[in-house]
Amino acid sequence: MHEMSIAEGVIQVLEDQAREQQFSRVKTLWLEIGPLAMIEVEALRFCFDAVSRQTLAEGAKLEIIETPGQAWCMGCSQTVPVTQRYDACPQCGSYQLQVTSGDELRIKELEVV
Amino acid sequence: MCTVCGCAEGETKIEGQIPGHSHSHSHDHTHSHSHDHDHHHSHGNGHTHGHSHAHSHIAATETATETAAVVDIQGQDLHFGRGPAHAHVPGLTQERMVQIEQDILGKNDRYAAVNRNRFEQLNLLALNLVSSPGSGKTTLLTETIKLLSERWPMGVIEGDQQTSNDADRIRETGAQAVQVNTGKGCHLDAHMVGHALDVLNELDGGVLFIENVGNLVCPAAFDLGEAHKVAILSVTEGEDKPIKYPDMFHAADLMILNKTDLLPHLDFDVDACIEYARRVNPDIEVLQCSARSGDGMDSWLEWIGNRRAERIQSRVDGLRQQVERLEALI
Repeated sequence: MHEMSIAEGVIQVLEDQAREQQFSRVKTLWLEIGPLAMIEVEALRFCFDAVSRQTLAEGAKLEIIETPGQAWCMGCSQTVPVTQRYDACPQCGSYQLQVTSGDELRIKELEVV
Repeated sequence: MCTVCGCAEGETKIEGQIPGHSHSHSHDHTHSHSHDHDHHHSHGNGHTHGHSHAHSHIAATETATETAAVVDIQGQDLHFGRGPAHAHVPGLTQERMVQIEQDILGKNDRYAAVNRNRFEQLNLLALNLVSSPGSGKTTLLTETIKLLSERWPMGVIEGDQQTSNDADRIRETGAQAVQVNTGKGCHLDAHMVGHALDVLNELDGGVLFIENVGNLVCPAAFDLGEAHKVAILSVTEGEDKPIKYPDMFHAADLMILNKTDLLPHLDFDVDACIEYARRVNPDIEVLQCSARSGDGMDSWLEWIGNRRAERIQSRVDGLRQQVERLEALI
């Protein structure tokens, strides 16, 4: 359920940016979300829809940029793809993995008027 | 509803702050009604600027973090509320792209950094206790406090959606406790914790336990400024919880397997549970205890004592280096 807080966080950032960068409406926003960011994209869309009503982002299009989940395998000494926290190394089966990307949760770009 | 900032009363509450929805809260949303309908934008596309008063009334769509500031007090409890969003949309200007690259949780993280600094100044070890509801967090805490009460000052921030039952249980032990009711919120955020910390006092050199809302999902995403997240898992829950809720066990530095006195009656596989936890977090420490029987409590108390000593030591080292730098300047 924290997608609701996240959606509110997005609106907050947009409103701050609207003041700083002098725009009044957001038409499209690009969010970068990794598979390990603890975010369910569909739930976020639903919450964003609800939360953005009567704000500068009402009706805005939400574009999701999915970043790849990657981890460093200590055993193989190389970067391997992961999609979940409990994934094993696809090469050697070890769980000694250090996640290096995939937990992004950020607003990348906006189309504004 | 508050007519100054639009915040609704009656959602999140923190105990012990002055009744009457005081406006001490520092939400950043200024009420300056930024009439920034700047007429110096390029009129290249020839539209008329009929938007004479674009009051960008960007007031009250608050994040959970922000809502923390909106404090409504009932009795001794503080409730955090949330204002409705209202933004008058001004007229059209040119479409453009804005690169912002901003972390959505950035605001929470900034509040968390402030909390972390306050904890450091107070030489305070802050632990964020996370678990599902019913794992025995509060019992573990009351027993811990009873055993440690002679040694260090202790405080507890209790997070629940409603009621101050848990804070009442803590206060019965004689420790300071403040209840934060999150209303509909599913987690504590750093801003709420900052406000709750205002209510607690004389914690210097002690331990602060933050008992998060019982939830193995959302609290994983919100840094409160704590030194460590401690995940508590009771053996009645099933050994696969760490891989069912991997984010939480990944975020925690310590997992406590609680209610081990019940193990003889269950088919809970302790080794499998620990293996699952290490899959999601190879570095996680694991302790087993029963708050009820007292088994294993020693190692938990020792863990707290060691973490506390480490923090104070690192502060001593830092200050010593600072003194050396200053002395070199004489």
